[in-house]
Amino acid sequence: MAHHSEIDLAARLDGVRVAITGGTSGLGLALVRELLQRGAHVAFVARTPAHVHAVAAAHPGVHGIVGDVARKDDIHPIALQIIGNLGGLDVLVNNASSLGPTPLALLGDTECEDLELALATNVVGPFRLTKALLGSLAASARAGRGAVVLNVSSDAAINAYPGWGAYGASKAALHHMSRIWNEELAAAQVRVLSLDPGDMDTPLHAVAVPDADPGTLKRPEVAARELTDVLAAALSGPVELHT
Amino acid sequence: MIPAHAPIQRPRDAKLLAVDAQGRIVEMPRARFVDLLEPSDLVIANDAATLPASLQGVHVRTGREIEVRLAGRGSLDAADIRRFSAVVFGAGDFRTRTEDRPLPPPLRVGDGFELGPLSATVEEVLGHPRFVSVRFAGSVRAFWAGLARHGRPIQYAHVPAPLALWDVWTPIAAAAAAFEPPSASFVLDWAAIHAMHRRGIAFATLTLAAGISSTGDPELDARFPLGEAYRIPHATAAAIRAAQARGGRIVGVGTTVVRALEHAATRACPQRSRGDGLVRAGEALADQRIGSATPLRIVDAILSGTHEPDTSHYSLLQAFVEDEALARAGRTLEAHGYRTHEFGDSVFVQKSAARAEVVADAA
Repeated sequence: MAHHSEIDLAARLDGVRVAITGGTSGLGLALVRELLQRGAHVAFVARTPAHVHAVAAAHPGVHGIVGDVARKDDIHPIALQIIGNLGGLDVLVNNASSLGPTPLALLGDTECEDLELALATNVVGPFRLTKALLGSLAASARAGRGAVVLNVSSDAAINAYPGWGAYGASKAALHHMSRIWNEELAAAQVRVLSLDPGDMDTPLHAVAVPDADPGTLKRPEVAARELTDVLAAALSGPVELHT
Repeated sequence: MIPAHAPIQRPRDAKLLAVDAQGRIVEMPRARFVDLLEPSDLVIANDAATLPASLQGVHVRTGREIEVRLAGRGSLDAADIRRFSAVVFGAGDFRTRTEDRPLPPPLRVGDGFELGPLSATVEEVLGHPRFVSVRFAGSVRAFWAGLARHGRPIQYAHVPAPLALWDVWTPIAAAAAAFEPPSASFVLDWAAIHAMHRRGIAFATLTLAAGISSTGDPELDARFPLGEAYRIPHATAAAIRAAQARGGRIVGVGTTVVRALEHAATRACPQRSRGDGLVRAGEALADQRIGSATPLRIVDAILSGTHEPDTSHYSLLQAFVEDEALARAGRTLEAHGYRTHEFGDSVFVQKSAARAEVVADAA
């Protein structure tokens, strides 16, 4: 069982307190499973109560939180439940993402409201949640536990793909904001990473590119393992990672 | 003083009155408080995040409307989160002054409260018709979800607009523990934390579950402050030892920090029958009152809100300086239009040279 021995060799994250947004499908769900397997205490956030309850029921010990990061009024209730249930926070993964218009549209055909939703979900939401949890992350860093914010980025944040305007522009903003956060929080020893997990076989990708051959796409479980390795490295010492 | 009625944590025109070790008074814009610190100092703040501890609902036995204000907990233990002491008001909300709020229906052991998605049962009546201990039904997770959805920050009539959690969480809010905001920490924005870091001023935190400040009922208010659970992290205990070793001052941000550190210094340690003046990491319940007769063994200066005489906060300041200096500061606060309450202006009070000597002699 080569697969199991790989897991056994993976860096453990016993007792590390992690919150993941968008935790009921795709990469977020794969991260929930990967982190639980490595011993982390995990809370996840998603919009749909039925999905949150189903994922929570299937993963004993996990904390499911209903909320929408795109909604200003949801942010502090989400943050309160995260720190209440986990007793603090070491790692925040801003994973929940909006594509903007679906099916994807040229910028000239993109409704302003669809761009606003992409910005609310992909930039303003992660900003608000990070800000609300910054005290917890900094407290964790002072206690010597390490503190990391992982913002899930995309190659669309760097490359100009026609049709990906709302998504690409919002992810570019998130990527650049991550770099500035990381500079500003260096003294507090809170690391802010922005990582591109690659093109994955997820519900979001299926909506964006309905005719993609799933065989050519990365499995979200593989991306989750890679990102978790980076998290483990970042918690244990300085790493230089902005892809 | 004038009550500060706008929920702005760091007003641009916020003022600071400082009293030095000789009792001299200096006034400055509050944003410049870092200028009062020395590179050898250690600044310690309370990182408690404020719970939405006001819950509207119904007293089941009578069907009458009530407001339950969670007031305290025996510990910070996460598994013990469903038990609280609570102050219960009759129908109404913060828009009515607490002094004018009606009593709740008579409360008995076993009475149920339906508070939105939450259900609680009275476990004990604590010697006053408004004051009970309650236990919430359901799981810890359901408690947090219900509190997050239904609870509102406790507030008072001097702030007319309803408060949101972001109004009362300080920039360093970390542990979901306080019943009212540890508002002295409102001053600590990230620019101030950066400024301290640049100047080599050490910064550490503790958590104290700051309780309710007032109920409007003189008999009940006389019992405040209640015991407040606190936790001192290992890194903070180590930072205190390091600051003391280099002769730096310990600067407490807020009365809650003074209460926690001075309680910790007088706690019995396992090897001795009474406190030895050292601050150890760990959890305890701060249940002491601090006043003019209390020797301060740890804290050398306090950054705090402005407080009216006859409050426990004011009594705590009397431990730092002689009454004459405090009265002089009070006259300046009045004369120069300082604002009071949680969103008001601030004072920085250094322990007077005379009091520092008394403690040094006793050590």
